[in-house]
Amino acid sequence: MPSGADVVGRLQEICGTEHVLTHPHSLATYRSDGLAHYRETPLAAVLPGDAAAVADVVRACREAGVPWVARGAGTGLSGGAIPVAEGVLIVLARMRRILEVDLDNARVVVEPGVTNLAVSRAVAPTHFYPPDPSSQIVCSIGGNVAENSGGAHCFKYGFTTNYVTGLQVVLSDGTVVELERDAPGYDLLGAFVGSEGTLGVATRIELRVLPAPETVRTLVAFFEDTGAAGDAVTEIVNAGIVPGAIEMMDRLAIRAAEEATHAGYRLDAGAALLVELDGPREECNARFEHLMSLCARAGAADVRVALSEAERTQIWQARRAAFAAMGRIAPAYYVQDGVIPRTRLAEVLRQIDALAEEYQLQVANVFHAGDGNLHPLVCYDAEREGEPERAEELAGLIVKACVDADGSITGEHGVGLDKKAYMPSMFSDADLEAFQRLRCAFDPAGLANPGKLMPTPRLCGEVPGPYREHPLERAGVAERF
Amino acid sequence: MTRRFAPETFEDAAAALAAAAAAGDSVQIRGAGTKLTWGTATPAAQTELCTTSLDRVLEHNVGDLTAIVQAGVPYARLREQLAGEGQMLAIDPPLGNPSEEATVGGVIATGDSGPLRHRYGAPRDLVLGITVALSDGTIARAGSKVIKNVAGYDLAKLFTGSFGTLGMILSVSVRLHPVPLATATALGVSSDPEGLTAAVRVLAAAPFELDALDLAWRGGRGGILARCAGAQAPRRAKRVAELMGRLGLEQVDVAEPDDALWSRQRAGQRSRERALVRVVSRPSRLAGILQAVDGAGGTLVGRAALGTSYVEVDPEAVIRLRGALHAGEYSVLLDAPASARSQIDAWGPSDPVALGLMQRVKQRFDPAGTCNPGAFVGGI
Repeated sequence: MPSGADVVGRLQEICGTEHVLTHPHSLATYRSDGLAHYRETPLAAVLPGDAAAVADVVRACREAGVPWVARGAGTGLSGGAIPVAEGVLIVLARMRRILEVDLDNARVVVEPGVTNLAVSRAVAPTHFYPPDPSSQIVCSIGGNVAENSGGAHCFKYGFTTNYVTGLQVVLSDGTVVELERDAPGYDLLGAFVGSEGTLGVATRIELRVLPAPETVRTLVAFFEDTGAAGDAVTEIVNAGIVPGAIEMMDRLAIRAAEEATHAGYRLDAGAALLVELDGPREECNARFEHLMSLCARAGAADVRVALSEAERTQIWQARRAAFAAMGRIAPAYYVQDGVIPRTRLAEVLRQIDALAEEYQLQVANVFHAGDGNLHPLVCYDAEREGEPERAEELAGLIVKACVDADGSITGEHGVGLDKKAYMPSMFSDADLEAFQRLRCAFDPAGLANPGKLMPTPRLCGEVPGPYREHPLERAGVAERF
Repeated sequence: MTRRFAPETFEDAAAALAAAAAAGDSVQIRGAGTKLTWGTATPAAQTELCTTSLDRVLEHNVGDLTAIVQAGVPYARLREQLAGEGQMLAIDPPLGNPSEEATVGGVIATGDSGPLRHRYGAPRDLVLGITVALSDGTIARAGSKVIKNVAGYDLAKLFTGSFGTLGMILSVSVRLHPVPLATATALGVSSDPEGLTAAVRVLAAAPFELDALDLAWRGGRGGILARCAGAQAPRRAKRVAELMGRLGLEQVDVAEPDDALWSRQRAGQRSRERALVRVVSRPSRLAGILQAVDGAGGTLVGRAALGTSYVEVDPEAVIRLRGALHAGEYSVLLDAPASARSQIDAWGPSDPVALGLMQRVKQRFDPAGTCNPGAFVGGI
């Protein structure tokens, strides 16, 4: 079997020496993704320029029995793109061509390294691409596909998986397969989106886009506390209003965001609710009146309506800056991504408050209120003895509270490395074994992003035959399934 | 002789499936049987496993707009129950004539849909989670009951539309939507395929936020139906109709109420005596598809902006229809008389690489080939 050094040589042949990084200095950028506390140095990082090169790289890895991890822009928040030591990191950043804009069929075809925002820009002003993670300026569509990314507009418009209509995928044996949403057969496309790089690498992505809404109306309402704001959300949804976005921030998050952006959020409010309606003008305007009355009835102390596009941008700036602005409150934080049924919002937020008090840590809440996707930011100071550990424990308890409320451990960030230990709290062994069946159908050798998603690494049972030691088993990375 | 079971619990269902697999039997997994003839015609299975006794709505979480439903619940009954709370599951296929007995499991397993697919997506877009029995007796669950979740693989999508070939769907959790306060439909007709295609292109790109955008075509003449839903639906439909007039459509009108129109569209997705073929193309190819339908002596209803059409033709004209399709377009035979079904490949050709991957998926989930053998794509 070829050695790691042979693989590097082969990668250099495929992509050119300048696109294969092996020196620790040049690899430094690639040791982490958006979760900086996980770090690993790969054997090499390779930047293929096209799909054929990706297929050759994957095939070379397969021949050498070397595991690999695909990486887009590296903005992921679950450690899904952390390299495997002695493995290859396949960086798709050079593949950023928009291949086709076909608005007659409301579709666009792109390479995986294209940014989320570039897709919306390519189809503007008549159309837009709804999934819009907060990192949309930099995050890549390939990463969005791997993570089934969401964003602020999911409640009305859905997730990445609802917009991917075709994929070209390189499987772990180097085969290239075309998956199409409407082709007869199993919905392999649906199974692939959100598979966190464990089933293959998408090298060409076809997306559906929508006509841009005719009217957009935005307001931010301030409430005494998150409970009152939560009641307003319930009222809005029960009235049959489906807002384009409905986002909540608590007192701490408001303070951080306001200090960073000076967007005019009220610092004396316990909760801010950003609601945006979009759609045909008659419907949108009528619903907006209704929305205003519902906010007042739920006890909003103040409601600010965006009267211009500039005011709307300002309102959104505070929300979009909330994560980054937390740096003003605390030197570091854990961000969680738990989901709960919306009706249990008040109850779970109270639990989070109580836990924060018990752990003597600050927790800021910024979240997608419509779909119950919480993003509690557990603040800590790494310089203080024991605080990072306490923060991590608290973050874990928050996830547990979400699962106990019949929710999910992750709504849009993915499982990756960060949440794989929580998988058994949500899924039984039988469920996990069913997942493994899918993974083995796509990647029997277990080389695609090993050690992620599943709580314990598993290998694929082969069709009966003589036992052979697997390279990951030999390396002590995995045990036989 | 076919043995027939209708298990009342998930455990019984899994045990029956495992017992059949252990005995080397083939198992036909079915609901009410309204779509049993779809797919490749296969010999009768040794065991039939019916979902019909798994007929409870386990949860309807009104405030969360979600429900968990056992596979054997009649779809019409679910619809009624949800409507009682002003909600709906936005999947609206025809439910079988005349008694509308199709089950939720059957609709999901066949991935069947109706006009609402335009706005709300296919069944795979509304299924949040799934519980299945596999042929080794495992009961496995994937997804969740919340509307946003990315933990684990999306096996709910894998099983949706899998025709029971991977295992038995026991229950699904689904996302619901509010029933609109009002609906109104703008419609216009034309006998020019190119003109209709151009009108569809403009209507699909306009910011009307339509619930449905359908086409009907029969004997060289067709109409476009655009449904608005919401409190302001009539006013909005009027605006859509005005645009239809400017686009050169004739007999432009607004229908309100409009339920009968849409029932007719749904009914066009079935054929009792002839053959019914689902055709998938790009919307921009609509004119070509309409000409192909005329050439094959057929009629069409379909989702104009999605490129999904349901074409009714004489069984012997299926080949001619297929011959007129371009590369990258698909056609699947749904209804057909038994005599014709054995003559026609229901699924049409598949990409060999994708098919190989599907076969590997089948092997992993149902290694002995117990579940609905041979009925699916490529003999799966």
